[in-house]
Amino acid sequence: MATVNSVADATRAAVDPVDPESAEWLSALAGRGSQREAALARLHEMLLRIAQRECRRRSPRQRITGPELEDLADQAAADALVAIIRKLGQFRGESRFTTWACKFVILEVSDKIGRHFWQNPGVPLDAEDWDRLPDRFGFEPAREAEWRDLLAALRRAVDTELTARQREVFVAIVVYAVPLDALAIELGSNRNAIYKMMFDARRKLRAALAANGYMSHDTTGRS
Amino acid sequence: MNGYSALDRFLRTDPRDVGCAQAIEMLHVYAELVAAGEPAEQHYPGIAAHLQACGPCGEDFAGLLAALRDETP
Repeated sequence: MATVNSVADATRAAVDPVDPESAEWLSALAGRGSQREAALARLHEMLLRIAQRECRRRSPRQRITGPELEDLADQAAADALVAIIRKLGQFRGESRFTTWACKFVILEVSDKIGRHFWQNPGVPLDAEDWDRLPDRFGFEPAREAEWRDLLAALRRAVDTELTARQREVFVAIVVYAVPLDALAIELGSNRNAIYKMMFDARRKLRAALAANGYMSHDTTGRS
Repeated sequence: MNGYSALDRFLRTDPRDVGCAQAIEMLHVYAELVAAGEPAEQHYPGIAAHLQACGPCGEDFAGLLAALRDETP
């Protein structure tokens, strides 16, 4: 996929000196016996605390509450701990160890919320309902005369410019508001691949709308 | 037409955007810079562009940043 920049930003040195606190974590977790057990317990405690706060932070936008949300936090913390221990050798000291570890539990919360979506999707996905589209972008029904042609052109571009897979992803995410992570799980894909597919689709659709005079050309290429 | 600007923003793509995999790979470094008040977007413009455009990665970044702030004594 050539459209998403494949060149990474300049990164810091491949291996930074590890700060004393991180070194202490690494030593304890790589060790044996009671010292390791204590470090694992302390790490799990931190992960669980973060998972619980993160679940609460996201809960207003999710259909998950109460014990289900607590279970999700428990699972995220447990799975993050396993992943951290498995990848301990990959820690390069670019950040504090605890920041690196925090990332794992945040990503686990995302993953579990994505999986939970399909327990109750809230919308039937078997028949396309393009009438949802105006509302998705905040077009006002009272001013339909102003946007009717634009959205008709967008729909034509979706049908004619996108590949079947891009169209499927676009309809799920844009028309039905399926979360990207949930869609990635449903399609047996991953966040990066679905995002790149949408990136290409957005670029194609904008070009088509610009070519037909509905939008300006994106001369800067930047948002 | 309120929806026009929302659609316009949605369809714009930034060539600096590094995608989810690279953004997540460096998210802990980026978040630590932001938490420290450093100009993370100057160090990592491709990650900054991605986090602006990608809802899930932006949400993960917000969560990580909140965690860093909550956990810092």
